Amino acid sequence: MGTATETFYSVIRRQGITRRSFHKFCSLTATSLGLGPLAAGRIANALETKPRVPVIWMHGLECTCCSESFIRSAHPLVKDAVLSMISLDYDDTIMAAAGHQAEAILDETRAKHKGQYILAVEGNPPLNEGGMFCIDGGKPFVEKLKLMAEDAMAIIAWGACASWGCVQAAKPNPTQATPIDKVITNKPIIKVPGCPPIAEVMTGVVTFITTFGKLPELDRQGRPKMFYSQRIHDKCYRRPHFDAGQFVEEWDDEAARKGYCLYKMGCKGPTTYNACSTVRWNGGVSFPIQSGHGCIGCSEDGFWDKGSFYDRLTTIKQFGIEKNADQIGMAAAGAVGAAVAAHAAVTAVKRLASKREDVDHNS
Amino acid sequence: MMDAIAPGSDARPDLAALAADASGERAVGRPTVYVYEAPVRICHWVNAFSILVLMVTGYLIGAPLPTVAGEASDNFVMGYIRFAHFAAGQVLAVFFLTRILWAFVGNHHSRQIFYIPVHRKQFWKEVLHEIRWYAFLEREPKMYVGHNPLAQTAMFTGFTLFVAFMIVTGFALYSEGAGIDSWQHKLFGWVFAIWPNSQDVHTWHHLGMWALVVFVMVHIYAAIREDIMSRQSIISSMISGERQFRD
Repeated sequence: MGTATETFYSVIRRQGITRRSFHKFCSLTATSLGLGPLAAGRIANALETKPRVPVIWMHGLECTCCSESFIRSAHPLVKDAVLSMISLDYDDTIMAAAGHQAEAILDETRAKHKGQYILAVEGNPPLNEGGMFCIDGGKPFVEKLKLMAEDAMAIIAWGACASWGCVQAAKPNPTQATPIDKVITNKPIIKVPGCPPIAEVMTGVVTFITTFGKLPELDRQGRPKMFYSQRIHDKCYRRPHFDAGQFVEEWDDEAARKGYCLYKMGCKGPTTYNACSTVRWNGGVSFPIQSGHGCIGCSEDGFWDKGSFYDRLTTIKQFGIEKNADQIGMAAAGAVGAAVAAHAAVTAVKRLASKREDVDHNS
Repeated sequence: MMDAIAPGSDARPDLAALAADASGERAVGRPTVYVYEAPVRICHWVNAFSILVLMVTGYLIGAPLPTVAGEASDNFVMGYIRFAHFAAGQVLAVFFLTRILWAFVGNHHSRQIFYIPVHRKQFWKEVLHEIRWYAFLEREPKMYVGHNPLAQTAMFTGFTLFVAFMIVTGFALYSEGAGIDSWQHKLFGWVFAIWPNSQDVHTWHHLGMWALVVFVMVHIYAAIREDIMSRQSIISSMISGERQFRD
């Protein structure tokens, strides 16, 4: 694996990438990060002079969809170059080394690059039963995570699992799967949610960190602003149909064929922060809404527990019943309306009765 | 402090002020007290109208009208509904704030809906009396210049707290479209620290609407009923500002 003195540029050239392609990559990255025209030169300069940042990539409770997505990144650079930009010293899923040899790298990195390496975590640790639901290298994953987090510069929480908990943390969460920021509280953590996150978003984040040597600007929830500051809905190409009031009413109707807004079909675009509607997937080919299916909100907290993917008003389970806000509200309003009517009726009867009493008294 | 006026007590509006007509005969006197100052009344009706608009448009945002035909560029149905919702929401927020400010400068009654004197035993006693009155267990209601204790409790929770909740969650939801650099996000973005998934904020905002529907139903019914049954004017007081005592 790479030494700390090797620069990105030398690695890139060694892989047969021309200088011309290298500059293309720099300007493309600067553009996709929304940086100014001077940034391309700065990125090139940084890649030429800075040592590669060592990255330890660990896997907790997860499905490896983040890795699958990551290796398909098309736009910042082809996958070989992307994997060379960082010094990916450890990734138990795709590394050549195995067993004790692999685990030895962890100790080596911790000793050699103390406080300088990036800890990228895919998945999360289950805390129940002392962490026994995820054993990695003979030890509970949570121990490995805490050990490696101690000397890390920063932590990247890949995907909905590491950021929010995702499916393994869905109710009733039997293994007590816990997002990274609830376990590691003393390190800067950048959340890159999504199930999986978009490949270009992942490589974009890595590029930013390696270029500037710091985390990108994060929002209130710890997500990089440049990719997660807007909702799918805000940049959706079907948005004009939403504003016009043109909705798909059921699957396969005329509106669906015309590509109207999927709001009524439970699209979670209006509540989901991600870059799908701008960056899209598979090299910008498409994204769920473009394929005719609503967004399921996979980059949002607890998206498994928010009711059906296909309801606009999602059901509420807190009250021990599965009803949506309108059903609960109408029931409450109906009950109160009936109570008001009954009360008014009793009032009227009482009033008549007391009037008659008064008349009887007076006569 | 308490607004209750026991029949026949000294606090009762001055009956000596009863007018006599030109021919020297005694007219039927109706003692009145000025309760609701003009800003209170203006805020009441502006808020009432805004809330009505907000409920209708809010419901239609959650459950939109059937699809309109034609080109998207020729229609703006959802756009207009949302505009009306946002406009009415901002009007409500401004007048709610005005109402809070008026509580500082206005008369004693203008402060009534912003607190519940939880520490006062007498208050809860009178709440109980009002509950008994509504449960047909009391023959005579008490007289109050402002809100009766039960009404005060209902106004504080049903109006002040609920509307404040709706304004806060409403601006937080608005900030999603306005962007994270907007003042709405800076002021109300903390809502998403409580509910990281804004789907939850939508749901709570929606439930809040139904809570207000229930409040409005009870509010209007109680106002009409008290206007007929109790010993003081209610509905006309919110127009003229004066409360008339009838016996």
